[in-house]
Amino acid sequence: MDYSIFRVIKEALNNHKGWGPAWRNPTPKPHYDIVIVGGGGHGLATAFYLASRYGVRNIAVLEKGWLGGGNVGRNTTIVRSNYMLPGNEPFYELSMKLWEGLEQELNYNAMVSQRGVLNLCHSDAQRDAFRRRGNAMLLQGADAELLDAEDVRKLYPYLNFDDARFPILGGLLQRRGGTVRHDAVAWGYARAADQLGVDIIQNCEVLDFRIENGQVSGLETSRGFIGANKVGTAVAGSSSRLLSKAGIRLPIESHVLQAFVSEGLKPVIPGVITFGAGHFYLSQSDKGGLVFGGDIDGYNTYAQRGNMPVVEDVCEGAMGLMPMLGRARMLRGWGGIMDMSMDGSPFIDRTDIKGLFFNGGWCYGGFKATPASGLCFAHLLATGTSHEVAAQMRLDRFARGAMIDEKGQGAQPNLH
Amino acid sequence: MLINHPLLGPRDAQEFVYKGDASLLRRPDSNAEDALERFTDYAYLRDNPAGEHRELWYHEQGDRSWLVVTRNTLTHEVLDVQLASEVGR
Repeated sequence: MDYSIFRVIKEALNNHKGWGPAWRNPTPKPHYDIVIVGGGGHGLATAFYLASRYGVRNIAVLEKGWLGGGNVGRNTTIVRSNYMLPGNEPFYELSMKLWEGLEQELNYNAMVSQRGVLNLCHSDAQRDAFRRRGNAMLLQGADAELLDAEDVRKLYPYLNFDDARFPILGGLLQRRGGTVRHDAVAWGYARAADQLGVDIIQNCEVLDFRIENGQVSGLETSRGFIGANKVGTAVAGSSSRLLSKAGIRLPIESHVLQAFVSEGLKPVIPGVITFGAGHFYLSQSDKGGLVFGGDIDGYNTYAQRGNMPVVEDVCEGAMGLMPMLGRARMLRGWGGIMDMSMDGSPFIDRTDIKGLFFNGGWCYGGFKATPASGLCFAHLLATGTSHEVAAQMRLDRFARGAMIDEKGQGAQPNLH
Repeated sequence: MLINHPLLGPRDAQEFVYKGDASLLRRPDSNAEDALERFTDYAYLRDNPAGEHRELWYHEQGDRSWLVVTRNTLTHEVLDVQLASEVGR
């Protein structure tokens, strides 16, 4: 049942009686070839690519709450591929390319908007670092442009260019970056996966793994035992909690990242602006609200709310960058839990338990990674080998000294 | 969050820098046979529990003391605060 302009016209003539639910609500079968734990963006994308590109059809996605109710609905919707290191950039550029074809592939309007992501720089050293990163991006086939202050002024004339502490000297612009409607990503993947026969089972919490002779054979869930040949977990934010049930300790701390939305305003911010030096970034949603955030709170937590010092820090960043924001009122704020890894980069890997595969450690960058994460995790689950662009995202990389540390901060998760 | 400093009384958490799991106080024996493996676990792996968590907070904007704070990671409730120097090894 395709969505199209003809369908809209047909349903309009029929008083919209023929739409029906976008996916089924099946009861779990006793056994599946592959069970994905976590019905967020990454889990649903994994199921979709397993079914569409790897020909595995006997799949279930287990979701503790409701579909799209976790971090896929809590992020600030930004997509970009502006990383530097060889272990990261090809992966994120693949993700960017998948975003560009996503709506056609899923037959779903995810409001992919390539409105440009601009990172501002404030010193000669930072500009040099941006030039280096931009060149690394170009080498991997991504787009990057280094702007001077005049170029930035043409895009955003109202920024505080002559601030004494952080004067704006220019920025690194990725024009193909932008925003995507996050809920629609979850819904689109769910609908497309469901049409390929994937069972999406909501309100089904995984209570324990059943492991026999070092091999996973299924999951104890709140809806009974579900057998599986292979289990893939994609529950970033709760990875340590879930994997501890299988006796696995991870190189991860859970931290909260807050985000905020202002009242709806007329169009004023055409793209995404990041003010890294001041811990602040923002964009404007199509509904008009300014969507903005800053740093993580910086302490271990599983509470999906943060504390006031970071709210204050974010608002100071806003006022420092764009004083006119002082006239806008903040409408709401919320928090989401991040898997903060020891080097700031994610994991798509097998575990020491046969048949149990792990996807997590996405830090505050999980949303943009959704399509490539799903594709690479599907590749790993179906073939047993890492996808070439995710080959360095291994759990044992710390023991091997092969960290992917974009910021060079070392094993301190709250600094990444 | 307020952290009840044993010497200074309740202080805003903003004055502190979070330094991670308090198990970092227990450095492995560097002469052990499997010292490399133990140090890898020590430096990179964490329990990361939901619930009670013993953790290090450094009073950077205060008296520069290191505290061992027991805190609930589900509610942010601070349950106990001790000086790291008194907790010892």
